[in-house]
Amino acid sequence: MSLISCKNLAVGYGNEVVAKNITFNVDKGMYLCIIGENGVGKSTLIKTILGLNRELDGQLVFSDEIIKEGIGYLPQNTFVRKDFPATVKEIVLTGTLASADKFRLFYSKADRQRAQKAMELLGIEDIGECCFRNLSGGQCQRVLLARALCSTDRLLLLDEPVAGLDPAATENFYEIVSKLNKNGTAVIMVSHDLAAVDEFATHVMFLGRTDFFFGTKAAYKETEISSLWRER
Amino acid sequence: MIDNLIYFLGFPFVRHALVVGVLISLCSALLGVTLVLKRYSFIGDGLSHVAFGAMAVGTVLNMTGNMFFVMGVTIVCAVFLLSKTGNAILKGDAAIAVISVGALAVGYMVMNIFSTSANVTGDICSTLFGSVSILTLKSSDVLLCIISSLTVIAVFIIFYNRIFAVTFDENFLKATTKRAGTYNTLIAVITAVIIVLAMNLVGSLLISALVIFPALSAMRLSGCFKRVVILAAVISTVCTLIGILAAILLDTPVGATIVMADLAVYIICVIAGKAAGR
Repeated sequence: MSLISCKNLAVGYGNEVVAKNITFNVDKGMYLCIIGENGVGKSTLIKTILGLNRELDGQLVFSDEIIKEGIGYLPQNTFVRKDFPATVKEIVLTGTLASADKFRLFYSKADRQRAQKAMELLGIEDIGECCFRNLSGGQCQRVLLARALCSTDRLLLLDEPVAGLDPAATENFYEIVSKLNKNGTAVIMVSHDLAAVDEFATHVMFLGRTDFFFGTKAAYKETEISSLWRER
Repeated sequence: MIDNLIYFLGFPFVRHALVVGVLISLCSALLGVTLVLKRYSFIGDGLSHVAFGAMAVGTVLNMTGNMFFVMGVTIVCAVFLLSKTGNAILKGDAAIAVISVGALAVGYMVMNIFSTSANVTGDICSTLFGSVSILTLKSSDVLLCIISSLTVIAVFIIFYNRIFAVTFDENFLKATTKRAGTYNTLIAVITAVIIVLAMNLVGSLLISALVIFPALSAMRLSGCFKRVVILAAVISTVCTLIGILAAILLDTPVGATIVMADLAVYIICVIAGKAAGR
């Protein structure tokens, strides 16, 4: 069963449809890049997938694991507060709240180990006691990715994850995500970085004002949309 | 001076005032950290005006159990204000402002037109700036206050991790668990309870001070959420103790004296924070 299967979905705010007839599915090991101009409904689609907006039409079905564990979400970095007084460890640990089987007062030992593992994986175990507001942009993204991994390692949803990062941090970030993907984590990434799409994606979703495409990267490259959009 | 202090501490009403003051300032400091970080610094002010309006209406209607009516109205407004999402017509600060000044006007109007007391201005002044009422608490008030404060502290500790998560990044919690909305409502309800209780202490115009000063002071000193919360609680408790005692000894208004202590500590913390290079 697909992690997410979506058929003729319409998304928008209130009752106003922003994008419709969206059909796609996400399977284990997939690296799906969502591309398109500003204002075509990429962020709205993301919010709908996360359950922050309701779907206006069509079907959006999640597998049982996703319903249980949620989606590992990495928000656009402008949405996260840079002046927040919290340590890296405190932030990463909040990721474990999702998978808690029952209500617990405090974090269990397993939760702490899970957070520790995620931090080691992303190379941030040394800055666990550092305050979030003193971190660099690249470190922030890795902290938030570690938090996402604490909730689930089945499906990550990254919303323009490298916006504002310098080239070295960008490369480092892509490397980590690529490694996770090779270990079986499905990745959905909204991105304007077409070079990265070309390098990493297995599948591509193009959201346009009039066009819609979902398929493998190879199939996408054959389409007319790909050449048109690139030239613009 | 010490003799004087011991003399005053001999009175039960002074001890009541100290207990109530400490509990309320403890609660408001705990919540204050969350409220300030959620950019709701002024919610204390807004909700206390709502409570003022509700109190005026309740008094005029001669309701028995006025306290529960005031509490109810305030809770409804708090839930409404804190549940605002990104696309609401009336957003954050504007929503607070509308409700706050609206309720203030209604309250003042109602009290003036249907006045039951000879000294309307005096009544209003004492609700707005806090009065000596903290020194004239009945045992039942003290009991209510103790129960409510302890409940708020318990709720805060039980839900500490969730409250932190919803403060830091509400959307992430919504995306991974289904109960993020509940935690927001919970924060709103306990905020309302504390605001209504705190009105007796410093009055509705100075309530924001109890909510924001300890939190802001603590944030100058630490970059760890847990430490900020604990520091805020300590700072707030100490300031209130000093404030109440100083007010009794120097015969100054209780509310304003407490706020002065909070303000002084805030300034010290800003300087200390600068010196430590944060």
